[in-house]
Amino acid sequence: MATLILRRILIAIPTLFLVSLFVFALQRALPGDPFLVLAGEERDPETIARLREIYRMNDPVFVQFFAWLGQVIQGDFGRSLRTGEPVLGLILQKLPVTLQLAVASMLVAVAIGIPIGILAARRKGTVADYSASAIALSGLSIPNFWLGIMLILLVSVHLKWLPASGYESIFVDPKAAIERLIMPAFVLGNGLAAFLMRHTRSAMLEVLRSDYVRTARAKGLDEDTVVHRHALRNALVPIITLMTLLFGELLAGAVLTEQVFTIPGFGKLIVDAVFNRDYGVVQGVVLCTAIGFILMNLLADILYVVVNPRLRAA
Amino acid sequence: MKLLKSLVAASALALATWPSLPQAQAQTPSTLRIGLQEDPDMLDPHKARTFVGRIVFMGLCDRLLDITPELKLVPRLATSWEFSSDGLTLTMKLRSDAKFHDGEPFNAEAAKANLERAMTLPESLRKSELSSVASVEAPDPATLVLKLKRPDATLLSQLTDRAGMMLAPKSLSGDVAAKPICSGPYKFVERVQNDRIVLEKFKEHWEADKYGFDRIVYRAIPDTTVRLANLRAGELDMLERLAPTDVKSAKADTALKVMSIANLGYQGITINTNNGDAAKQPMGQDKRVRQALSLAIDRKVLSQVVFEGLYEPMNQPFNPGNFYLSSDFPVPERDVAKAKALLKEAGQPKVTAELFVTNNPVETQVGQVIQAMAQEAGIDVQLRATEFASQLRDQQQGKFQMSRIGWSGRIDPDGNIHPFVTTGGGQNDGKYSNPEVDRLLNEARTIYDPAERKKRYDAAQKLLQDELPIVYLYNQTVFFALRKNIEGFVINPDGLIRLAGLKRS
Repeated sequence: MATLILRRILIAIPTLFLVSLFVFALQRALPGDPFLVLAGEERDPETIARLREIYRMNDPVFVQFFAWLGQVIQGDFGRSLRTGEPVLGLILQKLPVTLQLAVASMLVAVAIGIPIGILAARRKGTVADYSASAIALSGLSIPNFWLGIMLILLVSVHLKWLPASGYESIFVDPKAAIERLIMPAFVLGNGLAAFLMRHTRSAMLEVLRSDYVRTARAKGLDEDTVVHRHALRNALVPIITLMTLLFGELLAGAVLTEQVFTIPGFGKLIVDAVFNRDYGVVQGVVLCTAIGFILMNLLADILYVVVNPRLRAA
Repeated sequence: MKLLKSLVAASALALATWPSLPQAQAQTPSTLRIGLQEDPDMLDPHKARTFVGRIVFMGLCDRLLDITPELKLVPRLATSWEFSSDGLTLTMKLRSDAKFHDGEPFNAEAAKANLERAMTLPESLRKSELSSVASVEAPDPATLVLKLKRPDATLLSQLTDRAGMMLAPKSLSGDVAAKPICSGPYKFVERVQNDRIVLEKFKEHWEADKYGFDRIVYRAIPDTTVRLANLRAGELDMLERLAPTDVKSAKADTALKVMSIANLGYQGITINTNNGDAAKQPMGQDKRVRQALSLAIDRKVLSQVVFEGLYEPMNQPFNPGNFYLSSDFPVPERDVAKAKALLKEAGQPKVTAELFVTNNPVETQVGQVIQAMAQEAGIDVQLRATEFASQLRDQQQGKFQMSRIGWSGRIDPDGNIHPFVTTGGGQNDGKYSNPEVDRLLNEARTIYDPAERKKRYDAAQKLLQDELPIVYLYNQTVFFALRKNIEGFVINPDGLIRLAGLKRS
């Protein structure tokens, strides 16, 4: 296990390097002169020159990149040009916000997706199965943004049941936090639930056809025990992989969901930074996201082993 | 599986027993929640550049002067002011009862320190606004003297905004943006980037009794639909920049009210008349072609098609109702026949010209309407939609024939016209140049008497309306939406939110 982790970390280093380089190059390739916009409506030449200086724009691109990389290795992610706040501080401030949303969304996705998936597999070919597919299809096809606005209009504006936007930490004020989490977590979790449901269904079907399940049934076990104790455990292996991969989807989905519900998280941070050409912030956020992905993949590998002991030898 | 079952059961139970929520968490009556279109940049008046930042500063920082909705100067920290007869000395009398949030008294020394910081700080964005100031003196605590390099009629209007804002002297050397200490009616509490800025009433403010709310929360909600939904749901008390497309539905909501006023700026088409090779085509070279373009555009229809008729047509750089508008040039009616005749006279019955538009749906639509109208007169407008930063760069480098761009506007007329049409002007991207226009506009900015100034602007407009380096199209009306129970809001063409007198009924 230790070697597995170590090997994965070593492989991660070039990946992170390439991701950083790629994002750096992409930002510099954006059309137009961001400094003209950054300098404000007056476009004072002196201001523009000073901004170029701060961004080292007068140096060759690779010098700019390695200067940034050198600072990052020393733990200095620079400052946001727009507000002057340290980038690392911003990331640490926004990360818990998005993590809270991501965990809540994952809970929603699991709570909807897995039970319906199991149900659809057990009742294959019945009305229940087809309705589950219909739900999954709609979950996949409804855009987050649209669903979010519709929910705000219905639940907040008309019914006045939940606040329309904002964020509160679950550790500070659990009630206010949950009120503000329900809608965004549902919007974000709903799309993922569809994925989970479909995969649970097919994994379940596969397992239910296998010999050992037939044996379990032959022993006279009741169907609930067969499904939950014997089949589900094996069916969960691919589902866990999927969940960790979906975590990436979650971060991507959070970009839109956070905009709609005005949640000051990671997604909103990166969108605002891109629009404001806040280079340092974009760069730092992307690096952190990449690290997050790599960690999630590592976690998936470890979880396989935990769920399925046969893999331990490998 | 047991876990899942209990989870579902628990959440169902939680939902069922949840109390009716918004009532339970309704804000205390004395918090005013304002929705902003963007998150402000640095909260340091000398370094700040965004419009939304100025909205926040209105609560946070007092200024030497202020303007009324009619653009009249009124006292704030300065109680009176006068220029010397040669126009080179501005003497201001200051309040003696104003204090900074850290308890320091406001006086002429403090004002001097602030103005000097605005003029000398390397990162200051206020330098050009105060460029006419040679030195600042504080002969006694209640008297501030500005010595000028040249007479400057625009100076007082600069002192109504960020250049005239006062920070506590002790805070000047520190990180101002992290915790701005001003002397305004509200003091800084906290800021969560991309989310909110919270201010709290400063009880020792000299005018504290005029401010009805204990706390002000500014929330950044960029999406206009979402911002309005939050207002309708009662999460906000008011919002700035209601989208024209949302005006109808906001007006229909009985819980809301909509207020509007013409803003200080203009929207128009800047034409490259003299900047590089791109100017060497009929649109750039022949004023009759530009006149034809202006006549071909029906400004009223343009506003109706794209902005539901809510934006007022204009053809001068000053906002509707402005003192400096010239009565000689009413907004022209569309006249295709005359436009065609002008093109014929110019020997150019068929003209092709490229128009830059910013690539968003609204701007693209504006471009398409112009294109369709110009087509009928014989001008083939080719649209080129690009990102704003590219548009600006190409425009500045002279790589454009026409550009659909506007200006947010300044209180003083000089700011709306001088940089755009004088030789070497900072915003004169078409490099239009006319010595007579230069002379008139340079003179106008040194004359303190409004009536005398207006004569210069009228004379300059006579030339500009003939040569048309900029074809003005419409004014962007400022829309605010408020909850019905918010009273006392005084709308101002600068689009800022002054908190005095605001209260909840």
